[in-house]
Amino acid sequence: MSVDYVLFGGLALVTILSALGMLFSRNAVYSALYLIFNFSTIAVLYLMLSAPFIALAQITVYAGAIMVLFLFVIMLLGAEQRGQAVRTWWMQPLALGLAGILIFEAIYLIFTHRTSFPPLRQAVGDLGNPLQIGEQLFSNYLLAFEAVALLLLVAVIGAIFLSRGRKLR
Amino acid sequence: MSEYLPLVVLFILSTLVAAIAVALGHLFGPRRPTERKLQPYESGMTPFGPGTRRMPVRFYLVAVLFILFDIEVVFFIPWAVVYRKLGLFGFVEMLLFAGILEIAFVYAWKKGALEWE
Amino acid sequence: MWADRLAVLPVIVIGAWAVLLTVADLYIPEHRRRITAILAALGLIVGLVVNLFIQRHNPQTAYFGLAIADGFSSFLNVLFLLSGLLGIAVAHGYLQRQNIARSEYYSLLLFSISGMMLMGMAADLIIVFIALELLSIPLYVMAGFHRDRLDSEEAALKYFLLGAFAGGFVVYGIALIYGATGSTRIAAILSAVQSGSASPILLTVGAALILVGLGFKVAAVPFHMWTPDVYQGAPSSVTAFMAVGAKAAGFAALLRVFLLAFPTLSDKLVPLLWALAALTMIVGNIVAIVQSNIKRLLAYSSIAHAGYILMATVTLGQSRLMADAAAAALFYLLAYLLTNFGAWAVVIALEREEGKGLSIQDYAGLGKKYPALAAAMSVFMLSLIGVPPTVGFLGKFYLFRAVLEGGFVGLAVIGVLTSLVSAYYYLRVVVVMYMQEGEPVVNRDALLHWTAALSAIAVLALSLFATPLFQWATQATLYAAQ
Repeated sequence: MSVDYVLFGGLALVTILSALGMLFSRNAVYSALYLIFNFSTIAVLYLMLSAPFIALAQITVYAGAIMVLFLFVIMLLGAEQRGQAVRTWWMQPLALGLAGILIFEAIYLIFTHRTSFPPLRQAVGDLGNPLQIGEQLFSNYLLAFEAVALLLLVAVIGAIFLSRGRKLR
Repeated sequence: MSEYLPLVVLFILSTLVAAIAVALGHLFGPRRPTERKLQPYESGMTPFGPGTRRMPVRFYLVAVLFILFDIEVVFFIPWAVVYRKLGLFGFVEMLLFAGILEIAFVYAWKKGALEWE
Repeated sequence: MWADRLAVLPVIVIGAWAVLLTVADLYIPEHRRRITAILAALGLIVGLVVNLFIQRHNPQTAYFGLAIADGFSSFLNVLFLLSGLLGIAVAHGYLQRQNIARSEYYSLLLFSISGMMLMGMAADLIIVFIALELLSIPLYVMAGFHRDRLDSEEAALKYFLLGAFAGGFVVYGIALIYGATGSTRIAAILSAVQSGSASPILLTVGAALILVGLGFKVAAVPFHMWTPDVYQGAPSSVTAFMAVGAKAAGFAALLRVFLLAFPTLSDKLVPLLWALAALTMIVGNIVAIVQSNIKRLLAYSSIAHAGYILMATVTLGQSRLMADAAAAALFYLLAYLLTNFGAWAVVIALEREEGKGLSIQDYAGLGKKYPALAAAMSVFMLSLIGVPPTVGFLGKFYLFRAVLEGGFVGLAVIGVLTSLVSAYYYLRVVVVMYMQEGEPVVNRDALLHWTAALSAIAVLALSLFATPLFQWATQATLYAAQ
């Protein structure tokens, strides 16, 4: 148990630091790299929460594909160097206020409800396991699974249509 | 968490191998810098212009297609895990799923979305 | 397994047809684009036949309770398939005139319809979400179909961003409801809610978030900001289709999920729904008064009509009334479908290149030069107001009756008053057509004129046969609301 705590503490620290690194990098490409790092540590956190499938999806889809898109968009716009950002006066106080509420909620929950949380394994069971997900996907959610194929097909058609419309054959 | 121990070992090992390779190069490689060598490398040519030129929008399409087919892969994983249990039924359902997405591929191909001209 | 497939066969037919059309279209030469349109229409007709063939009144769940085939879904299927057919009819010539004839239009239309039909059958919140995306993504692309025009691109981007935002709300709401009840199946949610084991706070917040997300889709105030810009910027044939289809699908989910799963939360949700309906009717109708562009006018009109249909949801929790109210909403949607497509057919007939011919002033003199078209437009305007003898009147009549029986006199009064307000701007179109001199230019497009004429006839004729139609709708919802 204590090993888990140490692991979590270290990981959480890395997650927060990489998030801060992303926020404060002057170069947008560095920000993106920090974000990849952040996504990867979050994937390990998912592992610790006994959700290996989500962890895997986090790595392949977020740290992999979506970050590639981010990088391409950054380069597409030529926005590596941050220009003079337009700042509105209420943004910073609002962000600080929201973050404060979130932190307060977390602290409150931890200190008042700590004993009433069930142990993690008991609460989640084997639900995050690819085996379980596979079985659910092919029985209880079969129709949703096939509908997702249509959804992805439409997305491909739409992306190709919109981005290359005029030059298409 | 102990079932992930091999994964951790793999990570550590791969990091170590990479670090050792870099360190060995630093230790034993001769270093005779000239001005030419310190310049950024661009396919053997003298670099010109800023390194941050804007890229053509085609890359965007490639990235989007990558995401969509990546999501397809994510669906393959749970299927592969239960494949034996599902038997023919699972095979047919996956064939349908993959078949529909293959049509996305055919569409992209025929429309020339993968060509670079 | 085969019984499951049979139950959702209409969706499978349209989805498969869309996929095959995508492939077939790759091999149809560009100058034969008409074939694609005909094939798409053929698919919709096959869907209609299949739907009528397997229509059933005792509900049948399929795919382990993911989907349900009942009268509600088959009624909605007819609605969606009809809107698809009319959507093709108004689009074909228009796309060519605007020089944006691209055959993807038809397969995207079919994909969108398959999403809508899936929505009508959804018995699980996951399916609600996937169907929502499946019907929306093709619409985002279609809104940006006019790629050379900035306002079309703006419409696509705006619609996409706000649609994605709304989708986020829906997912968040689903997650909270799953957290409260441990299931996404509507039936399981209902039993968890009734047993009182679910946390009421989580449930209410979750339901409210789903309401916000669907509110965006049906363009209810205060989630309507995107509507005027998107309706104006998108190609008119797309606007005509999405004003009906997307709205009907949003209401399908709203009625199914709320009336079925959350009747016990009525004390918290009914005031919300009440306020939403009242606000939508008031804002939509009042802002419509000042519009001078016909597309914007119809956009605000569609917001206002979303408000009227929303009235049906305030009967939540009154089990005796819910079936009637849902039937009234379905009937209203059918009336709106006919009237709206007719009106858009007239608008498209007058629209010229570069967005000209869209001002209400461009309709001056239509009554003299094109009396048939002007008469049809007048019928549609009267139906949108809700004046007898049009089907729009009966739609409003059934809705107001259900609301009054539920004891919501205030809401009904607001509905009647805002209908009176709406008479002002709808009749202005009629006045301009008949009382002012002008030289309107009308496109020659037989399909378009036929659509307008047939819609006008249907709007008038169906008002005479409304009772059996309403009975059909009641039959449809009898089981859905139990």
